[in-house]
Formats: sequence, C-alpha cells, structure tokens
Amino acid sequence: MTAVREMVDPVPGAGAPHLPAQPDLVQLLTPEGERVEHPDYAVDVTDDELRSLYRDLALVRRWDVEATALQRQGELGIWASLLGQEAAQIGAGRALTDQDMAFPTYREHGVAWARGVDPLHVISLFRGNDLGGWDPVATKFNLYTVVIGAQCLHATGYAMGIQRDSGTAGGDGAAIAFLGDGATSQGEVNEAMIWAATFDAPVVFFCQNNQYAISVPIERQSKVPLFRRAAGFGFPGVRVDGNDVLAVLAVTRAALARAREGSGPTFIEAFTYRMGAHTTSDDPTRYRLADELEEWKLRDPVARLKAYLSRSGKADADFFAGVEAEGDELAVRIRKGTLEMPDPAGTEMFDHVYAEQTDEIAAQRAEFLAYQEGFAS
Amino acid sequence: MPDLRQFKLPDVGEGLTEGEILQWLVAVGDVVVTNQPLCEVETAKAAVELPSPYAGTVVELLHEPGTTVDVGAPIITIDLGGDDAPAADDDTPAAGLIGGPAPGGRTSVLVGYGPKNTEAKRRPRHSSAAVAERATAPQVIPEADYGSGTDRPPLLATAPDATSKPVRHGGLEIGRAAEQHATDAEAASAQAVAPGRRAPRPLAKPPVRKYAKDAGVDLATVTGTGAGGVITRADVDAARGSGARTPAEVAADAGTVVRFPAAEAGTEGREQRIPIKGVRKHTAAAMVSSAFTAPHVTEFLTVDVSRMMALRTRLAARPELAGLRVSPLLFVAKALLLAAHRHPMVNSSWDDAAQEIVVKDYVNLGIAAATPRGLIVPNIKDAGRLSLAELAGALADLTATAREGKTSPTAMSGGTITITNVGVFGVDTGTPILNPGESAILAFGAIREMPWVHKGKIKVRQVTQLALSFDHRIIDGELGSRFLADIGAVLHDPGVALTL
Repeated sequence: MTAVREMVDPVPGAGAPHLPAQPDLVQLLTPEGERVEHPDYAVDVTDDELRSLYRDLALVRRWDVEATALQRQGELGIWASLLGQEAAQIGAGRALTDQDMAFPTYREHGVAWARGVDPLHVISLFRGNDLGGWDPVATKFNLYTVVIGAQCLHATGYAMGIQRDSGTAGGDGAAIAFLGDGATSQGEVNEAMIWAATFDAPVVFFCQNNQYAISVPIERQSKVPLFRRAAGFGFPGVRVDGNDVLAVLAVTRAALARAREGSGPTFIEAFTYRMGAHTTSDDPTRYRLADELEEWKLRDPVARLKAYLSRSGKADADFFAGVEAEGDELAVRIRKGTLEMPDPAGTEMFDHVYAEQTDEIAAQRAEFLAYQEGFAS
Repeated sequence: MPDLRQFKLPDVGEGLTEGEILQWLVAVGDVVVTNQPLCEVETAKAAVELPSPYAGTVVELLHEPGTTVDVGAPIITIDLGGDDAPAADDDTPAAGLIGGPAPGGRTSVLVGYGPKNTEAKRRPRHSSAAVAERATAPQVIPEADYGSGTDRPPLLATAPDATSKPVRHGGLEIGRAAEQHATDAEAASAQAVAPGRRAPRPLAKPPVRKYAKDAGVDLATVTGTGAGGVITRADVDAARGSGARTPAEVAADAGTVVRFPAAEAGTEGREQRIPIKGVRKHTAAAMVSSAFTAPHVTEFLTVDVSRMMALRTRLAARPELAGLRVSPLLFVAKALLLAAHRHPMVNSSWDDAAQEIVVKDYVNLGIAAATPRGLIVPNIKDAGRLSLAELAGALADLTATAREGKTSPTAMSGGTITITNVGVFGVDTGTPILNPGESAILAFGAIREMPWVHKGKIKVRQVTQLALSFDHRIIDGELGSRFLADIGAVLHDPGVALTL
C-alpha cells in the first residue's frame, strides 16, 4: 500500500485558492474528464465501479436538489446543500469499509448515502422530526454533529477505543472525522489532532475545504494551505482535488489503510467548492462574485466523471438516461416520504436521553402523558 | 372539476415572519410542474426563488410584485386539474402530519407549538389564590420534592405569573388568522385581569420597542393596530404626532447641538441636554489641552493646483494605481510628507516633563475623519515610507474603517502630524487646532474654479487654500512658512517634488 507522502509546499501562498495550477493537488481525473496518473496514488476501479460512482454522484445531487426545493416550499426547517461537494463525499464514503466508523458534520449527505443511510432519515432531521433517524451503530455512520468541529474529538476518542479494544495498535478499523475549512479554526479540532498524533490513533481527518466558513473566505482563515498545518501536529497532510471522485477515493483509501496499520492519523484537505448557499438561510451573492461560481462550474465533479465515462465508452446514453430516471424516482420517493412523515409524539423526547431509562425520566414521561390526557376529557 | 390548491409563503430562513415578492416567474394560465420556480421572494436574509410544490395550472397570483406578505399567507392558487389528481375537498393534511390538526386544537407546524384553530378545551388550572400564595414568598424547595409529583412548586424563587400566558410565536405561523383570533381572545381576557395585578406589558416586536424607546414614546400609551393588538412602527409614529424625527435622533445622527425655533416664548422642553461622553468628551478634552498648552500660529496659502489636478487624471489611469482612489487628498498627503522630510523639525513633539523636543524620523500621518461617532484622527503608520499607491490604499482603508466605526485605539495613537480635509465640506479653510502631542496640522480647503493670473492673463484655474497651524514653542514663523510654502510648491507644480 502506498504510504501517504507528506506534501510540502515550498512557495508561500502557492496554495491560494482559485489558481488552476497547483503542483500539490492530487488529481486522477482532470476537470475536462481526462484520466491522468499520479506518482503516489493509483486507483484500481472496474468499469462497473466507475458507473456506480457516477450513479452515486448523480443521485446524491438529485436528492440535494429535491431537499432544497422542499425547504423552499416550507416542508423543511432548513437544508444544508452539498452541491459541488459530491465527489469529495462519495469518494470518501466509498473508501470506507464495514469496520470503519464515520463522524459527519451536518452536510455529509453523500457519505450518508454511501453508508446506506435512507435519505428520509436525514430529511427527518432537517424537518425537525428527530435528531437523525438512522442507527449509528448499524450504519457505522454517527449522527450529524451541528456543533462545529466537535465530531473530531468524537472520532479521535473512538479511534483510541479501537486501539484499546483490539489490544494492538491499529486494530480492525479506522475512524474518519469529517470537517470543513471553517472548523480548522476551532479549538476542538486542534485538540483532537494533538491527541490523535500523540497516540497514533487510527483516525483520518477529512477536511472539505469548500472555500467558505459561511461567508468568510479561506484566505482570511488561514495563512497557509490547510493541509500543511498537519505537519505542525506531526502527521502527514495531503491536498486532493475534492471534485475528482477517483483521486478522493485513492487518497482516502491510502489514509485509512495507514491508520489501520497503526501508523497514525492523516489530514486530507479535499479542495472543493460549495456551489450553493451555506444553508437555505444564507445568501451567497452577498459575499462572493458570480464569476467565481462560473469558474468552479467548469470543475463540476459530476460532469467530469460523465465526460470521462462517455468519452471512453464505459457508459452510453442509455446508462445516463437510466440514472436520471432513477434520480427522478428517488426525488418522488423523498417528496412523498417527507410530506407523509408522521409528526413525532411528544413523549419521544424522553426516550433517548440516556441509553437506559432512569426512574426520574420515566416519572417525567408519565407526568407529561397525564398532562396531555388532561385535554382529552 | 377544478382541484384548487394554495401555496402559502413558507419561512425560507429560520424564523422569518414576512417576505417581499420581487417578481412573478409565472403568469395566470401557465402550466407549471413540481419545483418549477414560481416567484422570487426577498426576505431579511436572502432573495430566493420559490419552487412550486404542485403540478397544475396557475389560476391566480394573489399579490403584486413589491408586496410584503406575511409568512403563512397564500400567494398563488394552482389548479391540479386532471382526472388522476387526488380529489380532495379539503387540502388539510390528516392528523399527525405537518399542517394537520394537533392536540389542543392546534395546527401542527415545523417549529413551535403551532397556531390554535379552535377554542381549545383547557386543562383545569390551579386556583389563582393558590398561585398568588406561591408567588408571594421565596420558595424553599424540599430536596425530596425534586422531580416528583405534579404539584411540584416552580423551581424559580420568584414564580412567574401563572395566569398570563406568554404570547405565542408559532414558528411557521401557518393559519395566522386562526392564531390572531386566539390572540385577540387572550388580549381581551388580559384586559380583564384582577385589580392590583401588574398591567400586561404592551405587545410590540423588539425592533419596534427599540424604535419607540429611541423616539421617547412610552409603549403603554400607544394603542396597537397590528394583529392581536400588537403595536406597529406606524402606531409609534402616530403616537408622537407628525411622525417626524425627534431632536434626539437628529442630534444623535449629526453629533451636533440641536437648534430650536425661537418664535415661541419660553424655553421649557425646547432645550436638548446631551450627556458629554464618548468621542465628544474625548475630543473636548483634547482640544482644550491642545489649545491651552501649545501656542498656536496659523498661516494661510492660496495655491493654483490645476497642474496637480491634471497629473491626478494621468496617474489615475496608470496600472499601479488601478482600483485605487487617486484623490486630491492623496497629493496633499504626499506633498506634506516630502516637505516634512525636508523640514524634520515640524514633525516633532514637546516633551514638557523631560524638557526635550522629540524630533521624529518617521511620520505617522493623522487624517481627521468625521464619523457617525464624531471626530477621530486615525493615522497612517510610517507614511513617509509608502509609495503613492500604498499611500492611496492606506488612505482608503483608514477612511473605510473610520466610517464603519471600527478604528482601533492603536490606529488613533502615536500620530506625529495631521491633515484635516475641510474642503470636503465645501469650505475654503480654517484655523485648525493641533492634535495633542503634535506640532503641526494642515487644513486643506475646497478646490474651486477661480479667476487667477496665469502667465500674465486672467484665466479660470483650479485654486485651493491651505492653512497650517503649528506649535510656536517649537516652530518659528520662518520654519512654518517654509514648510507651508514647500507643500504649496509641490501642489502648484508637482515637478518640484523632484527637487525636494
């Protein structure tokens, strides 16, 4: 297995965003859809896998479009769009094995999809019906964490648990923490990295640098390219083209393998772009220019793989039409499922406070039930 | 058989109450599909397109563009038509679904309790006597009572008023009319509270409260005309008469003393007393200190700056100055820096304690700025070392920061010499008072087209006036005059700069 090479950028500021030529950027598929090789990262995927990667990208985007529309129709309280970050998420999600445990932010719909989480379980969170309807143990996908960066501590702690459970460094699986560029300024994230480094914890920090911490551009968040910060903590950092699903897959697989081998953490900076708003409550036109978006449209993660598949003859028009039809079916299922989602019972708030119900909470639950029944007579 | 559905304005941004319809993207008669953009709506947070939740034919657009619509109000009617459309006489969702009936006669919504649709049956309450008894004395809560039984006393030592219900802000506020009905009923019952009880707090949204407070209007004296008796901005305006700005507001904006008409006799109520604090207090102390410590001399010079203005136009087109504001002030600043380099003594301060004159080798160039908070004098550190482009950038930053009220204390300390650009107010010049700790200040007046003797003929030229005040303890008339003359020479003929 290829070791993750520590990428050192000798030129200060050479990693500034919006510069097309970046020598440190790991890329296996150019924005034009040309397959290229990288000295350190190879990816071995069959044509079937390529097509299924495309299917994942396209369906996740369709889900995101439908959820955004549902919010605009008053059916969701809020939605955090992943538009533009599909490849980073699908690439990372598909690199995970059944043993690995993922700790997402609130935008990791693509990873959720790759882990087999039902989109409606994610939707129910944004509809305010529950705090995430999926089983984090069964899916190996933790509940969405809204507190910025907190999941990095959870992932590091989980990774240290893997170490201790197995009795040997590394053990069976690895943990992966997802974070955004803005989270790198958080204390928890830095603390997590220090602990992870100290204990060689089997954890991968997967940072999607989507260029904005809500409205604050990356230039005002960091004086150095984010991946170079890893050197300060004492583990490798690598910058990958976050809009290239193959490169993300290769880099994440290598980092996870390194973690499982007991060689410690890796920081991955998936260099990408949030093409939509931060959430549906945000208006990006107030802080960024349209030409920037146009520039990133040329690097679209879905279009890039489509171009490669059709040019190389690995997929034909029927395949793409099939995926599109499947996307429309998914959208209908999501819409119908959302509108028919039952209102949660008020008593549910007592059910998940502790793993085991306490007498005190049981009493509160009974009291609440009696209160509700007071309306019935 | 038409199957009409109305799309109600949703809360598109977590807690919004209204939105303005910017434009319709469909017209009556258009056939629309699900998620097709219907209109563009601007809210307090963002301008967004609303996609259609229905597929059908547009029957009616319920609001003109430019109208502000409450969240929850219908904005468009769409006919689902067709035989395969679900035949529904009533588009209210079933119980247990969002939009459907919920316990307590409410409508289920995404956020909050939801509006009440009916006169809901109330759960019997404790007698008000018992409540009053509880509310009178601080509560001692026996430990054993924590979390037990339904008759647990409130944990707060001063019990909240248990009979006055908090006003609901029902999240999405779907079915606002129903809620208003409920609120009206409650408002009526609140009026009839027992004697001795505190009058209910007048209903108004926080911005309106602030508005009323600023305007000096007591909300208790205002009758609300909004939904449920809520006091609106217009009510506040009406309550204070004409709706004109109060003297306090004007004074706060201008930072100046307010003048009142002298026509009527008597002065009671016609004087405004503004506390001396903040920037005003600081400015006053600085001015007094300066005026009574440093003996001021002021000299004047009138200069033909036509060549400088021509040069300004040429320089503004140069790539190194692209995007920068090439203002006359920039040239005055540059001229002053060149002259100060030639006459370092003007860039000095009087250290009375040490009985020394401190001559500075660096120029921290102060620029007097009128800001919403008052006069401040931030300075550009080591301005003498900056290129023209850097100086232009620094000036722009300094001005923008000052206007935003974000000037840091560091930026305002350590100044060595100052320019005050009174010309921007259209005046010719003045006798500026030194910034404390400095020895010279240059006032720069308006640039006007004036008749001027140029090459022996009277021509229309661009002319300005400079006034230099200096500390006569340090600077003699000769030095002050030479310094001012050098500045004037550079502004008259920028080529002179090569000789300085």
